[in-house]
Amino acid sequence: MNIEHGTFVEKYDLLGCIQCGRCTGGCPVTVRTDLNVRLFVYETVDDDRLEALSEKHEIWDCTTCNNCALRCPKGLDPFEVLLGLRSMQVEEGNIEPTAISALESVFNNGNPWGKPRALRCNWMEDIEGVEKVRILEKGEKADVLIHTCCTACYDPRIIPLARNLVRVMEKAGVDYGFIGEEETDCGSEVRRLGEEGLFEMLDEDNTELFDAYDSGRIVCLSPHCYNTFKNECENIKTPVLHYTELVAEIIREGKLELTGEIDSKVVYHDPCYLGKKNKVFDEPRYILGRIPGIELMEFNQSREISLCCEGGGGKMWVESESKEQRLSETRILDAKEMGADIVAVACPFCLLTLEDALKAKGFDEEMRVADILELLGESI
Amino acid sequence: MSNDRPRIGVYVCHCGTNIAGVVDVKAVAEHASGLPGVELARDYSYMCSDPGQAMIRKDIEEKGLNRVIVASCSPRMHELTFRGALDDAGLNPYYLEMANIREQDSWVTEDHDLATDKAKKLVDAAVAKVSLLEALEQKEVDVTPACLIIGAGIAGIQAALDIADAGFRVYLVDKDPSVGGHMAQLDKTFPTLDCSACILTPKMVDVGNHPNIELMTYSQLENVEGFVGNFKAAIRKKARYVDADKCTGCNLCAESCRLANRIPSEFEEGIGNRSAIYLPFPQAVPAIYTVDPERCLQLTKGKCGKEGPACAAACAADAVDFEQEDEVVEVDAGTIIVATGYDIFDAKRKPEYGYGDNDNVITGLEFERLVSASGPTEGHILLGRDKKGEGGWEPKKVAFIHCVGSRDESVGNEYCSRVCCMYLAKQAHLIREKLPDAEINVFYMDVRAFGKGFEEFYDRVRREGVRYIRGNPSEIYRKGDDDHTMIIKVEDTLTSTPLESEADLVVLGVGLEPRRDNREIIDIFKLSQSADGFYLEAHPKLRPVDTASAGIFLAGCCQGPKDIPDAVAQAKGAASSALILLASGRVAVEAQVAFVSPDECRGCGFCVDVCPFGAIELVEENRMGNIVGVAEVNEALCKGCGSCAAACLSGAIQPKSFRDEQILPQIAVLGVKI
Repeated sequence: MNIEHGTFVEKYDLLGCIQCGRCTGGCPVTVRTDLNVRLFVYETVDDDRLEALSEKHEIWDCTTCNNCALRCPKGLDPFEVLLGLRSMQVEEGNIEPTAISALESVFNNGNPWGKPRALRCNWMEDIEGVEKVRILEKGEKADVLIHTCCTACYDPRIIPLARNLVRVMEKAGVDYGFIGEEETDCGSEVRRLGEEGLFEMLDEDNTELFDAYDSGRIVCLSPHCYNTFKNECENIKTPVLHYTELVAEIIREGKLELTGEIDSKVVYHDPCYLGKKNKVFDEPRYILGRIPGIELMEFNQSREISLCCEGGGGKMWVESESKEQRLSETRILDAKEMGADIVAVACPFCLLTLEDALKAKGFDEEMRVADILELLGESI
Repeated sequence: MSNDRPRIGVYVCHCGTNIAGVVDVKAVAEHASGLPGVELARDYSYMCSDPGQAMIRKDIEEKGLNRVIVASCSPRMHELTFRGALDDAGLNPYYLEMANIREQDSWVTEDHDLATDKAKKLVDAAVAKVSLLEALEQKEVDVTPACLIIGAGIAGIQAALDIADAGFRVYLVDKDPSVGGHMAQLDKTFPTLDCSACILTPKMVDVGNHPNIELMTYSQLENVEGFVGNFKAAIRKKARYVDADKCTGCNLCAESCRLANRIPSEFEEGIGNRSAIYLPFPQAVPAIYTVDPERCLQLTKGKCGKEGPACAAACAADAVDFEQEDEVVEVDAGTIIVATGYDIFDAKRKPEYGYGDNDNVITGLEFERLVSASGPTEGHILLGRDKKGEGGWEPKKVAFIHCVGSRDESVGNEYCSRVCCMYLAKQAHLIREKLPDAEINVFYMDVRAFGKGFEEFYDRVRREGVRYIRGNPSEIYRKGDDDHTMIIKVEDTLTSTPLESEADLVVLGVGLEPRRDNREIIDIFKLSQSADGFYLEAHPKLRPVDTASAGIFLAGCCQGPKDIPDAVAQAKGAASSALILLASGRVAVEAQVAFVSPDECRGCGFCVDVCPFGAIELVEENRMGNIVGVAEVNEALCKGCGSCAAACLSGAIQPKSFRDEQILPQIAVLGVKI
């Protein structure tokens, strides 16, 4: 064993590990894959083994849900070790073709979905009750600068989230604005796919871009963008919020009235990057509680012990080989058993994965998955 | 002698390799021998040892040294040692100056040349100062023959009994209505399985009856003034609303209380109830009832039922008195022992374990009450009882979890709590005894069975069919809509198998934390805390029961987590330290105190404000018909810290041995331009 060189040892503080097992014990994907993150922390101490460890397919099973980091009694981030191994593979070009296309598209178009930059703002047309979505000029002042998220710009299932956010902003009289076509990928999934170089480039681009506007706060639609801008782009000085934080605030201030009734039993699913990672648990529940007619329920696994939907960590582009039940299906089955009508989320990825699971289970007649923004859209 | 030509001896200590491994001690001694006024310079392996001190004494006697410099460790370590050597040789002990070439030099660099240069500089500086030192007189004061003990858990009780048995007065103060502390809550004790109450209650009765012990329960320390030998404490005896002289402890009041058995009992950790007028537990000492002023209807709403308070009506002794008020009493004590104990870790701070949300996830201390024959279930392991405490079911699968709130930086507790491994092993044994067919799993990361008989006990428990699984659980949640079964997500790290283990009772091995209300004690005694938040002892090895303040000692878990034998041992140590002062009856006070040049004092009072020991006051002085304020130092209180001198605008107040004219030349030698 060679601790002296210890590239991983120092970077990930591996010698701090006491092998307690909390990381693997709580890891949600262990029920369907062979991934054991504790063993990776144990074994990557040895520099000579890094190459072989990076070739293990399990490193791609991690959804980066942050559970292991949250539980670690020594303050380590075990899953980051897996990202380090992924980046060794990325450097060699040994990754799934789908992931390669996503990364190339981010580099070329500023989004992972292979769509042209010129179409980034198409979603803004003909929004009910909105004359024109405000796009800011460089240097222009706005209280709130909204970052849309690539998925909300292009994915027809997610576009309504962005459109509803605009309606909410207009209705509440918030001084908001968008960047427009120049808006670019946050780099969250890029970093989690192991492309550190590209992430650094995006970090610089985004920091420079945000600096060009005179905004009081940056508000993100997706918890993934939110987390990256808030915690990983160290030079962004403007406060970063998730939309649930802003909406909860304007409801508390009496600026947004929710009148439309949604007569349903709703169970809220905590997105990992909003909840576990950033401890935003109460705002989404507060908003749901203010929508007339909603009866709010809780999963047994909620808040700090919420179950991951497997949408993060680059998993949108790297398919799991496991034949075991998906976690999103477990979640939908739990919701069904509880008698919920709606599974509410606050994340584009959670919406896509849970809705897929719901359809796969054939529950689409009696249940639905909806983002809080969609429910707000129905209630204002 | 101060007018004599200085004849300085310089002694450079190797401290084994602590100093000599980095500093060229011979070169330092040789350098020192050439400095002005230096008669001789020597180096030696351990200056603090007997031969080292003898060397100093011999040189003073034979070479006529009148000043001594020891270049060694911090003065905190050995200044008193070397002062003693001077004193023995007939030289005033305050003619000593130390150059700290260990903590401030050899321990902080590996560069031999730089370290040697710095050692020489520090010796230069000491030489510049030592000739300017004056002889000081060591004063002694009388010691009040009494000890104040704060906290009447097992540590406070043991210390009180030892001191009282030695014939001195003890004031034993506790915030709670009864003495006994946490130990009174425990069922059996590891590893011997003695019944905790059986070994504790006789001692509780003893402190209650001892002619030398004045018990002050349900009382709070408000303030302490004074200094070693002469402390004066103000203690608030909170109103019990029960006349202590009349109460017979018959329980009729509690039975008749309109809130009878409706208030969660602190002693029962909330799994049993009490009344608003209550005795915490049947063996409480003193056996005097107390009215809870926050719950009692009469005290909170001004009215209790149509006929007035039922407790008062029921009391045949006419002891209930709602007019009673708090009383603040003053006591004099020569020494003080702080034995304020601990709080258990609040398991709600680890929400992933579901404590507070799931009734069948309980703490280790709750388990003690659940399994205790004198507890709410009379020792039957029953969960899910109704509000009246009836019904309930026995668990079939019990899980114990180690290290909840210990060894866990995510909750800010890096330390091991030292008792959880063993109390969980004991509790697993008790489950095996009471529920022979139960499945018992203990989830651990390391088992620390380090004490006498611990490993043997751990071995016994495993062989009784208690399964130890190496892995610290990550999450606990309810299984579907099943009210009993919990799922524990954990990895068996020895086989690398992630498990979803089931249990219908989960016992959390919560750790020990500094008391959440310890701020008030810290402020009253100006105690220091170690990084873990417990009170800091004066030296981790050699002064484990002392604090930085003379005459104030520590005992029990307020200084760090301990099991019962360790707490008792430390209490006996603290009692012995307190008794040294009490028995000798005299104590030396600091000679290096501040003094005032009255003519230069402007009476601004800045020094009064900054003094952390309350040692300075302004006294009025008549100067040709003008009444002016002048600072005056109470030498018994002053610790010579120098805060006053730093605040003084006119240089009128100065600490002895650290006066400006003594330290400025010393600083100048170090190259600082003043």
